Amino acid sequence: MNKLINFFGNIGFAVRSRLYRLGAGTRLFFLTLIYSADSFKRIHLTIREVYFTGVLSLVIIVVSAFFVGMVLGLQGYYTLEKYGSSEAIGVLVALALVRELGPVVTALLFAGRAGTAITAEIGLMKATEQLSAMEMMAVSPVARIIAPRFWAGMISMPILATIFSMVGILGGYFIAVLVIGVDEGAFWSQMQANVDFSNDIVDGAIKSVVFGFACTIIALFEGFDAPPTAEGVSRATTRTVVISSLAVLGLDFILTSFMFV
Amino acid sequence: MTDNLISIENVSFAYGKTLLHKDINMQFSRGKVSAIMGGSGCGKTTILRLIGGQLQPNSGKVVVDGDVVHEQDRNGLYHLRRKMGMLFQHGALFTDLSVYENVAFPMREHTDLPENIIRDLVLLKLNAVGLRGAQDKMPAELSGGMARRVALARAVALDPDIIMYDEPFAGLDPISMAVICDLIRSLNDALGATSIIVTHDVAETFSFADYIYFLADGTIAAEGSPKQLMASKLPFVKQFIHSEKDGPVPFHADAPNYRTDLRL
Repeated sequence: MNKLINFFGNIGFAVRSRLYRLGAGTRLFFLTLIYSADSFKRIHLTIREVYFTGVLSLVIIVVSAFFVGMVLGLQGYYTLEKYGSSEAIGVLVALALVRELGPVVTALLFAGRAGTAITAEIGLMKATEQLSAMEMMAVSPVARIIAPRFWAGMISMPILATIFSMVGILGGYFIAVLVIGVDEGAFWSQMQANVDFSNDIVDGAIKSVVFGFACTIIALFEGFDAPPTAEGVSRATTRTVVISSLAVLGLDFILTSFMFV
Repeated sequence: MTDNLISIENVSFAYGKTLLHKDINMQFSRGKVSAIMGGSGCGKTTILRLIGGQLQPNSGKVVVDGDVVHEQDRNGLYHLRRKMGMLFQHGALFTDLSVYENVAFPMREHTDLPENIIRDLVLLKLNAVGLRGAQDKMPAELSGGMARRVALARAVALDPDIIMYDEPFAGLDPISMAVICDLIRSLNDALGATSIIVTHDVAETFSFADYIYFLADGTIAAEGSPKQLMASKLPFVKQFIHSEKDGPVPFHADAPNYRTDLRL
């Protein structure tokens, strides 16, 4: 009987603590919105964070995109060739990137590269009492630390996803046209004819904004909520990657089912 | 009648279920340097956080300059905090800003002063702590004592009425310790501020503090001027001042019988 009570007790505790974190995360988001006006007055802070989260992520994004594009080019060509439609490779590469892989892979890389950095930085600021010091100086850490990073993430992620798709298409072009020898005119013209701006490109952009929001707010919250110890910060950093990745994949399914059905 | 800038009235505070303070009363007189002493983990730092409004008492109230701290909304609290400067245990300097920018931080946040005036003020403050020459360094390049001095310059950047020090001597060499002691006293007197020091270093504190509170078991075990406390016959105060390892504060933590524990 005791075991049963403990079992339900544990479930209750787990549910309650997750709900608490969800609520605290939502509260942080609204506080961020409220303090955003304050943080826009110090726009240089946001620009600095765009550099850290966006510009410094460029290398990993560009390199990954080129390889993903090349793999798509290869795999697509082998399959399409069986049906004698290898000219459609351009459409396949472009649609796969613009609709799915661009936003999703960028978000996963963004969570790993920028999200972990944000969580670790804020967690360590908390552990070294920098956030408390700021509070005691009557400066809100949400305005000074959280809001600039939030907007930097919201700005960087869609731009990175766009760059990812562009470079990925170039990777596909490199393999399909330059290496395998698919007709260049067909590659581009079929892509132009079959990739729709409002359905494909805009929907992909919406995805990248949603993923950018999810990854950034998760990274910020995990850092802000991290226990101020070495172990606490390391766990928070791990959680950022795990939760962001799952959130991105889950949200992708939901968005895809609304957008492309 | 003494003029109390801060008073703690019947405050009880608990972390979860652990009661840390039981109905304590303290008064901090304007212009004086007061110290709160006691063993590690007795809730000394918590008192500073209660004064700064980072924690709220379970009962009782903390009054700062006529305002009850926990009744303030966010704006009221921030307004109160502008009268306070706090030196954190390890300095809590912003690691992404230089020494100069750290000291300039409160000025940039709370004033619209032109850059040349901010520069003069920052150099004045840094000169007061003897680190004008280190203005371009990053916090990671400073020794513990230097970081503490920069943090002190930042804490007094806006000439606060109240300066709070959380373990200002912890982990410092004797020279840095003497420098910090001297600075606490001279800054307090120069700014006409009220200082509260949380510490467990007896010799340093007794050499310059005006009034001392001893905390033990969640209550105030003793209070008075250094002279009065030196003459105190209370066993706890004697043990603390003379660093005796056993006394009212036992060497051993609560444990079952030693023989039973070893299964002898």
